[in-house]
Amino acid sequence: MLSSPLTKFILRRVGLLILALIVSSFVIFISLNLAPGDPLSALSGGRSLSKATIAALNREYHLNDPVLVRYWDYVKGVVLHFNLGTSIQFREPVSTLISQRIGSTAELVAYAAVLIIVFGVGAGIVGGLRRGVLDNSIIAVSTILAAVPSFVAAIVLIAIFAVDLHWLPALGNGSGFGGTIQHLTLPAIALAASAFAVVTRVTRVTVRSELSLEHVQTAVSRGIPWPLVVRRHVLRNASIPITTVVGITVTSLFALCAVVEQAFNLNGIGAALIQAALEKDFGVVQGISLVLVGAFVIANAVVDLLYAFLDPRVAIGARAS
Amino acid sequence: MSTGAGAITTGRLVFPRARRRMAANQIVYGICWLIVAIAVFFAIFGPLVRPHNPNYSLLQFQYVGPFQAKGYLLGFDSQGRDLLSRLMVGARTSMLGPLLVALMAMGAGTLISVVAAWWGGWVDSILGTVMDILFAFPGILLAVLTAAVFGAGLIAPTIALAIAYTPYIARVLRSAAIRERARDYIASAEVQGVSTWSICVRHLIPNLGQLVVAQATLVFAWAMVDLAAISFLGLGVQPPTADWGVMVSTGEAGVLQGYPLESLSAGLCIVLVVVAVNLLGERMAERGERKLS
Repeated sequence: MLSSPLTKFILRRVGLLILALIVSSFVIFISLNLAPGDPLSALSGGRSLSKATIAALNREYHLNDPVLVRYWDYVKGVVLHFNLGTSIQFREPVSTLISQRIGSTAELVAYAAVLIIVFGVGAGIVGGLRRGVLDNSIIAVSTILAAVPSFVAAIVLIAIFAVDLHWLPALGNGSGFGGTIQHLTLPAIALAASAFAVVTRVTRVTVRSELSLEHVQTAVSRGIPWPLVVRRHVLRNASIPITTVVGITVTSLFALCAVVEQAFNLNGIGAALIQAALEKDFGVVQGISLVLVGAFVIANAVVDLLYAFLDPRVAIGARAS
Repeated sequence: MSTGAGAITTGRLVFPRARRRMAANQIVYGICWLIVAIAVFFAIFGPLVRPHNPNYSLLQFQYVGPFQAKGYLLGFDSQGRDLLSRLMVGARTSMLGPLLVALMAMGAGTLISVVAAWWGGWVDSILGTVMDILFAFPGILLAVLTAAVFGAGLIAPTIALAIAYTPYIARVLRSAAIRERARDYIASAEVQGVSTWSICVRHLIPNLGQLVVAQATLVFAWAMVDLAAISFLGLGVQPPTADWGVMVSTGEAGVLQGYPLESLSAGLCIVLVVVAVNLLGERMAERGERKLS
C-alpha cells in the first residue's frame, strides 16, 4: 500500500506543502519583524506608555528576543498548540480570528468557483461547438470581462443590481442559507468575472481544435450520434486543458478575495488581512498569509490529482502537458 | 486570439473576407493606440492641462452631475471636486506605477533568462526553481505584504509586483533565448573570439527585443490592474491624491447613494487602458514569436 502511486503522490505533496509553509512563514516572519515601525505604537494607539507598561508589553509579545528565537517560538507554538499568536488590533488569538472568518471566505470562493465551472466552461463549450452569432457574442463578452478588474466589477454590480434595481443587497454577509446566497451573489460574480472570461476562452479554443481532429471526423462519418461524439471524443479529450485553466483561475481567487471582500464589506479573512496590513497587526497578516499559501498549494495538488483521474495515460503526480 | 487575420499579414491578400477582417483589425488597433496615446499624454501633461485644481472642493456642488455647471464637463465628486480634472491628473500615478513595474520586471527577466539560456546546466535549473517558487506566490498577496511591512504607498507595492512578474517574462524569454543561443551566428561570433558580454548585449538581446517589449507591455496591463486594486484597498496611493484606483474606492460611498459617476468613470479609464495595452501587447507577442521561430 505504501508504494502505490497515490500514496507516494500524497506523501510528496504533503512534503511540498510543509516545505512551502516553512519557507513562506520564514520569509514573512523575518520581513515583518525587520519592518520599520514599532508594533508598540500600534498597541498603545498613540498614547504614551510608562516604562513599566512597555516592559510588560515587550515581555508579553516577546518583542525583545532576537528574531530567529522568536521565529522558533512561533513555529513551536503553531505546531504544538496551534497557536498563531495574538492579534494586537482585535485582542484575541489569531487562530480564533481566522476560524471565525474563514467560513465566509470559503463560501465566497466556492460560490465563485461554481459560477466559473458552470458558466465559464458551459459558455466555452457552446461557443466551441457551434459557430455563429452566439459564439461571436461569447467572444465579445469574454474579451471585455477579461479586462475588468474585480473591484471595478464590484462597483458596477453594486451600482446596477443593488442601488438601481434593488434586486440584491449591496453590503454585508447575511445570515442563514438564503441570506448568505443572496448576499454573496454579487461578490461571487465580481470575483468570478475575469476568471470566467479566461476559462471561456481556453475552453472554446480547446473544443474547437478537438472538433477538427481526425478521430472526431471519423466518428461522425461512422454515424455515431452527435451528442455521443461530443461527450466521448471531444469533451473527454478537452477535459485536461480545461481542468488546468479552471485550476489556475480558481486558485488565483484566494488572493483576489481580499479585494472583493473589501468592496462588499464582507468579514472574511481577505478583508481581515487588509485591515491588519493597514494597522500593522503582523500576527494576523502572517497567519492569514500562511492560510492562503496553504490553500494555494493544496488546490494545486488537487488539480494534479484530477489529471490522473481524467486521463489514464497521465501517471499520478506527473504534469499533464 | 485573432490568429485568423494575424497569420496572413505577409504576402498578397486575395480573399475579400480576410481583407475586410484585416481592415477591421487595423481600426481596432488604431483605437488602441489612440487610447494609449491619450493616457500617456495626460500622464505627462495632465497637471498642466487640467481645467481646475483637482483637490479644490466646492462643497455646495457635491455630486452635481455632468453638463450642469459651466466649465465642469463631468460634474463633481463627493467632495465637490472637478471630476474631469481628477481623472486627467490621476492618469499620472495610475500609469507611472505599472510603467516602473514593467521596466523593472523587463530588466530582471531579460537578465535572468539570458543568463539561464547561456550557461544552462545547474545555473538554469537553480534559476528555474527560484522562478517556480515565485510563480506560486500571487502578485497581489506579495504587494499586500510589502505594504504591511513598509507602510502604504506606491513604491513598495511597485517593487513587489516587479518581483512577482519577473518569472512571467523570464519564462517566455528563456525558451526564446535558448533557441536563439543555438543559432549559427552566435557560434560563429564565439569562434571569432567575441566576448560573451558583447554577443549577449549586441546580438542576442536585440534579437529578442520585440518579444521583450511585448512581454513588458502585457506586464504593464496586469500591473495596472493590481496597483489600482492596491490603491483601492487603501494600501497604495493615498487620498486625496487623484488616482484612478483611489477614485474607484472613494466613489463607493457615492455609488451606494446613487451617484456612481466618480467610481465608474475612474473604473472605465482603467478598463480602457488595460484592454488597449493588452490587445497591443498580445499582437506584439504574436509577431515576436513568429519572427523568432
